[in-house]
Amino acid sequence: MSLTAKDKAVVKAFWGKIGGKADAIGQEALARMFIAYPQTKTYFAHWPDLSPGSESVKKHGKTVIGAITAAVEKMDDLIGGLSSLSDLHAFKLRVDPGNFKILSHNILVALAVNFPGDFTPEVHVSVDKFLAALSAALADKYR
Amino acid sequence: MVEWTEEERSFIQEIFSKIKYEDVGPKSLCRALIVYPWTQRYFAHFGNLYNEDAIMGNPEVARHGAVVLHGLDAAVKNMDNIKSNYAELGELHSEKLHVDPDNFKLMADCITVVIATQMRASFTPAMQAAWYKFLSVVVSALSRQYH
Repeated sequence: MSLTAKDKAVVKAFWGKIGGKADAIGQEALARMFIAYPQTKTYFAHWPDLSPGSESVKKHGKTVIGAITAAVEKMDDLIGGLSSLSDLHAFKLRVDPGNFKILSHNILVALAVNFPGDFTPEVHVSVDKFLAALSAALADKYR
Repeated sequence: MVEWTEEERSFIQEIFSKIKYEDVGPKSLCRALIVYPWTQRYFAHFGNLYNEDAIMGNPEVARHGAVVLHGLDAAVKNMDNIKSNYAELGELHSEKLHVDPDNFKLMADCITVVIATQMRASFTPAMQAAWYKFLSVVVSALSRQYH
């Protein structure tokens, strides 16, 4: 399910619309994930506070969405572009790759909540494909 | 036996009181057919599913979307007996419709996204958690009859 030229154009255009709201989207996606899929909290036992408004969730939401925003410009070579992040996740963080799908779903929900009119089925399928390709690139070094 | 808190029960009732079947149902099925196009394999008899516009304008899809959403009625009305109440529907999907149960999850995710676009911030994380649990129980009940 590779990204077509249309997918890339749709993702770029939609991400342009997100603009300054990106950090809030990242924060909301993480917050939703921790509450609806509590098993994901196991990777963050070292945080003092995992609640939605906490500094940790805010900061990390920004980190994650920042990396995703950067990946929008790397869609022609996600595996190359995410190589060092893949090293990080494979050898240091060792997040089970099943969780990438869970976070992706919560990013979609956050987008749906905040951009109900723009997040059409056409945008939804391209963004879903993008996040899936990104997840695969992130898992590239795992084994 | 699934245990529901009072809060979870009220969240589920609240969601169902706010959504319109004839709106959310069709939109959810359209989304599934567009976002996960392989699901179209089950609807060859619906006529034109050639592109997004065709799917969104297809009256069969709209009608069936409402049917699927009404399929959740039994679960909402009796949250303590979902497993037994879905035995028959589960068997239908397995033995007659031959639907890969992985598709139930895809449909559930699409219903969730549509509800998110409509309820927006009032679809809180806690409500999403209860909703996900509810749909998971229904999906599990539907999937049990496969052999």
